[in-house]
Amino acid sequence: MPVFDLAVAPLRDLNAALHAVGAGANDTHFEVINPRGHHAVAVGADAPVTIAVRGSVGYYCAGMNSEAAVTIHGSAGPGVAENMMSGTVVVEGDASQYAGATGRGGLLVIKGNAASRCGISMKGIDIVVHGNIGHMSAFMAQSGNLVVLGDAGEALGDSLYEARLFVRGSVKSLGADCIEKEMRPEHLAILADLLARAGVEGVAPSEFKRYGSARKLYNFNIDNVDAY
Amino acid sequence: MCGIVGLFLKDKSLEPELGRLLSDMLITMTDRGPDSAGIAIYGAEAPGFAKITVQSPDPARDFPGLDGRLAAATGVTVELAVKDTHAVLTVPEASLEAVRAALATVAPTVRVMGAGASVEIFKEVGLPRQVVERFGIAAMAGSHGIGHTRMATESAVTTLGAHPFSTGPDQCLVHNGSLSNHNNLRRELKRGGVTFETENDSEVAAAYLTAAMRGGKDLGKALEGALADLDGFFTFVVGTRSGFGVLRDPIACKPAVMAETDRYVAFGSEYRALVNLPGIEEARIWEPEPATVYFWDHAKAA
Repeated sequence: MPVFDLAVAPLRDLNAALHAVGAGANDTHFEVINPRGHHAVAVGADAPVTIAVRGSVGYYCAGMNSEAAVTIHGSAGPGVAENMMSGTVVVEGDASQYAGATGRGGLLVIKGNAASRCGISMKGIDIVVHGNIGHMSAFMAQSGNLVVLGDAGEALGDSLYEARLFVRGSVKSLGADCIEKEMRPEHLAILADLLARAGVEGVAPSEFKRYGSARKLYNFNIDNVDAY
Repeated sequence: MCGIVGLFLKDKSLEPELGRLLSDMLITMTDRGPDSAGIAIYGAEAPGFAKITVQSPDPARDFPGLDGRLAAATGVTVELAVKDTHAVLTVPEASLEAVRAALATVAPTVRVMGAGASVEIFKEVGLPRQVVERFGIAAMAGSHGIGHTRMATESAVTTLGAHPFSTGPDQCLVHNGSLSNHNNLRRELKRGGVTFETENDSEVAAAYLTAAMRGGKDLGKALEGALADLDGFFTFVVGTRSGFGVLRDPIACKPAVMAETDRYVAFGSEYRALVNLPGIEEARIWEPEPATVYFWDHAKAA
């Protein structure tokens, strides 16, 4: 089990070791200690390894993650799991702004709160936040699911494409072209699966509301030509 | 970018450590801005006396005998403590403005960095480590302080363009961000009699708060007004004689992390800046909300 103490080991040693994991490797559990708010911890992992980060991290932790299961035993700075491709990233604490931004796949679980712009421009990632999310979350979100057990801040889902947003608490305001939608059986099934995978217990899918795109901003509207 | 830090001590036994803790926090933020750095320390007050921190482009010419020349010009005793390019003048409280006015004729190239009962401000072009070493910040004691390392956008990389900006007695401000309506605001404040040292946007924010507090608002109310009147990106950390405030604009894209324990309230642009503080493992750590005023005041503490 490789252990990287970031109080002494260069960050590049950790990330290079993660990138060097070959197919069929046996030594697949990595421990990272003393992250002390370092940026870019465990970025670009590309193999089915597990990575435990013992403490809080700075910008862009677990960015571009593929296949790896990363657990941050602390809080994460801006851009955690940015552009994740697959695998899972679990933040035991809070996450700063733009968590899971542009993510293409995999599951991001934030057990505390997420700040502004959570899931901005998400493109297929699933994000489950046990707490609240800040303003402008899921801005221009294209696909995937954002599940929030707490409340959402201002302008949720502004200029949304086809991502599904599920919020259990209150929504301070909806962004342009984002509306509440009917919760159908297939949505309840998606939600039940995500809640189970995110370790959420005692919460029923029926407690959530679904929000999505009104699809009014998709195409240029000739009535607006004078505005340009 | 820019990196900003702040530390407001609740536990007096930490006061001898203030300079060292704040220096360490600021040095950690070096890669957020390499252009200039500065720190304001609220230190011990001597009843009846005020302090003026001044800076000179040519300390060897300006500082020797400056105390005597100011005393001759004003008729009051002036104590001079030189620290590299800066010097702290200690003067009778009632003569603060007279000494300040005399500086303009006695030493016209000397610039005032800040003044008040408590605050001392040191700032220069260069990296935080060099700047804090030049001024011996680590050895300074105090009740609270703020610091800044700058990546310049809105005005030149000069000593005067470095933060903290001080525009009123014992008041100072550090800023991460950029204001878009600073020219208009500057004109309005000038019309109200405020003078400016630079073309910098952050100085306008500092002067705005000074004007509001001169008008009778406390720091908290002044910061609430800033939300309505300042346009642009900002995370501010502000110090007053006994208070410490934090404000982020409603978009809140400039980072901020805070930590609070029984012993202190701390601010950092990033969590990295806070990791060496005593008891950080048990601190309550949070990201300040957008458009929300946070402030603490020793004078109002329960």
